[in-house]
Amino acid sequence: MIVRGTDRVLVMGITGKQGTFWTGRMQAYGTRVVGGTHPNKAGTMHCGVPVFATARDAMKGAGFDVAVLFLPPLMVKEAAVDAIEAGAKRLVVLTEHIPVQDVMYFVAAARERGACILGPNTAGAVTPGECFAGFMPAFNERIFRKGSIGVISRSGSLGVLFCLNVVQAGYGESAFVGIGGDPIIGTTTREALVALDTFPGTEAVVMVGEIGGSMEEEAADYARTMAKPVVAFIAGGAAPEGRKMGHAGAIVMGDKGSYASKRSALEAAGVTVLDTPSDVGAALRARLGH
Amino acid sequence: MNFEEHAAKPLLARHGIAVPKGGLARTPVEAAAVAEGIGAVVVKAQVPTGKRGKAGGIKLAATPDEARTHARAIIGMEIAGHKVEKVLVEEQMPIERELYAAVVNDPSSKGPLVMFSTEGGMDIEEVAATAPDKLRLQPVDTRRGFSHTDAETLVQGLALGADEGKVADALARLYEAYAAFDAELLEINPLIVTGDGRVVALDCKFVMDDCAIVRQPKVAPAGTPETLTGLEARAKAAGLKYIDLDGAVGVLANGAGLTMTTMDMIRHHGGRPANFLEIGGEAYTQAKPALELLLANPRIKSLVINFCGAFARTDVMTRGVIEAIEALKPGLPIFFSVHGTGDEEAIRVLKDRLGVTPLATMDDACKAAVEAAKISRR
Repeated sequence: MIVRGTDRVLVMGITGKQGTFWTGRMQAYGTRVVGGTHPNKAGTMHCGVPVFATARDAMKGAGFDVAVLFLPPLMVKEAAVDAIEAGAKRLVVLTEHIPVQDVMYFVAAARERGACILGPNTAGAVTPGECFAGFMPAFNERIFRKGSIGVISRSGSLGVLFCLNVVQAGYGESAFVGIGGDPIIGTTTREALVALDTFPGTEAVVMVGEIGGSMEEEAADYARTMAKPVVAFIAGGAAPEGRKMGHAGAIVMGDKGSYASKRSALEAAGVTVLDTPSDVGAALRARLGH
Repeated sequence: MNFEEHAAKPLLARHGIAVPKGGLARTPVEAAAVAEGIGAVVVKAQVPTGKRGKAGGIKLAATPDEARTHARAIIGMEIAGHKVEKVLVEEQMPIERELYAAVVNDPSSKGPLVMFSTEGGMDIEEVAATAPDKLRLQPVDTRRGFSHTDAETLVQGLALGADEGKVADALARLYEAYAAFDAELLEINPLIVTGDGRVVALDCKFVMDDCAIVRQPKVAPAGTPETLTGLEARAKAAGLKYIDLDGAVGVLANGAGLTMTTMDMIRHHGGRPANFLEIGGEAYTQAKPALELLLANPRIKSLVINFCGAFARTDVMTRGVIEAIEALKPGLPIFFSVHGTGDEEAIRVLKDRLGVTPLATMDDACKAAVEAAKISRR
């Protein structure tokens, strides 16, 4: 799930406050925004691009590859299905607090049509030097610089911290993939790892995980087979059991989803697991030799 | 949100799954009165947790008098940190066999997972480990649902004999209820077959998806909200995600991942976090009330403010923090780490208004706060 500079992007919910602000940022960075949607504002222009009533209309009127959704939780299911049925190949679902049954519904619809979902509850994706989709500070050169490190993160803010540390250590990112903090998400850690493993120009992957679920354990199974080094950090080692730590997906029940389980699975697969985010540069240097 | 057994079972009944006759009692007298109309009963503690039987929270009673005695013992009992305030008094059932049935949201298949086992009455993790051949799992496409035919296919070959059709029926109805009530887990353990061939839900565990509470206005009020401390309740009312912990170093950060990592780094540097408090997403404009909340916690001896802006603008968060500091003039050491969207502006206003420069890394800020907490006089 990597966005490219050549991708045509549709912003669903473009006229809202956040949709407007981040569309401007995406355009300034080089993202090819070709249109937006709002059910009652079809035919108008916003941020210099045409507004359509639906994704279906946008596909006919402008054509697009990626849909980015800036919509409130209870409106996402219908809009996502609209985008999928219109033929979107990738969807970036930023919204937090979408009912999980809605998420499972549009993830199933996407699977059937061969579309890929990033999120929900993601800050989006960045391909430095090309484009970004979502609300990441791609334009901040101390955080994003074109380079050879692929970064995967469940959390947007922690992803920013890791990208900052990667750049400070003298590296840059080939791509950033924010997969989202919800318990059920369209692109798992493992799937993002596969995408970065095969993404040209990627020499190593930094994987930023969290307690809860078993995605990091599943990703470890794939990391074991990779020639590229993987460096990981798992947030939440100091979190108490049985409480949701901000992200709906970040909860430990018994041993399931625990820090210890994830760390040992990753280490057994040859992944370098960091004690602190500040160590990421040194770990990359040790694994890459440059 | 968890639902206690007495609140969950009527939801099963609404979808045509049989449940034992019974009633809720808040006093021993009420328990006896419910038993009066039934006969031999079971008295069950109502708390939002499992393991009630082992804790002595489930007792059989042959007469109303006995029901009263058991209710007196159970009400007021503490089970896994929950005080028992009520009991469910239900008819005793003639159990022929105990089964297990559940539907759960499954991150691996990214959809609902129907689970069924002929080994009811024990933990499903235990069944998976010891008798995997008796456990059936079926991922479901939520757009199509899980029909009676799907259920029949799933339970085939498990030697259910003449009960197979009725069990499959209950399983299909369980899926219906799961979908109708936005469950993240709906579990019947045990689902029993009685001596006279009825299929009955003897227990029920229901967890509603918190994100769906807004669209379940008829059902949600029967749920049991999470037990909150005073500060947690105050935070929730203000729309903030706050969890009380037992350390002395306060944490204010944006985004769940960054906030957890700040707690981790405090521990890594030999300290203990006092709380989880994040103002990510739309809440990033709430830095002022968030900091006011933290300062109301007398256990906090020092504070880490860690902002990494993506969606959340660090300049907006920093201004909120400054307003709270200027208004309350807290006499405790505060250490900042500020990076990402809006950071240049944030660093400038911090210097202008508080004369403070953020530390270079969050590690530095956490380390400094841990040291400061040791000597703080607050």
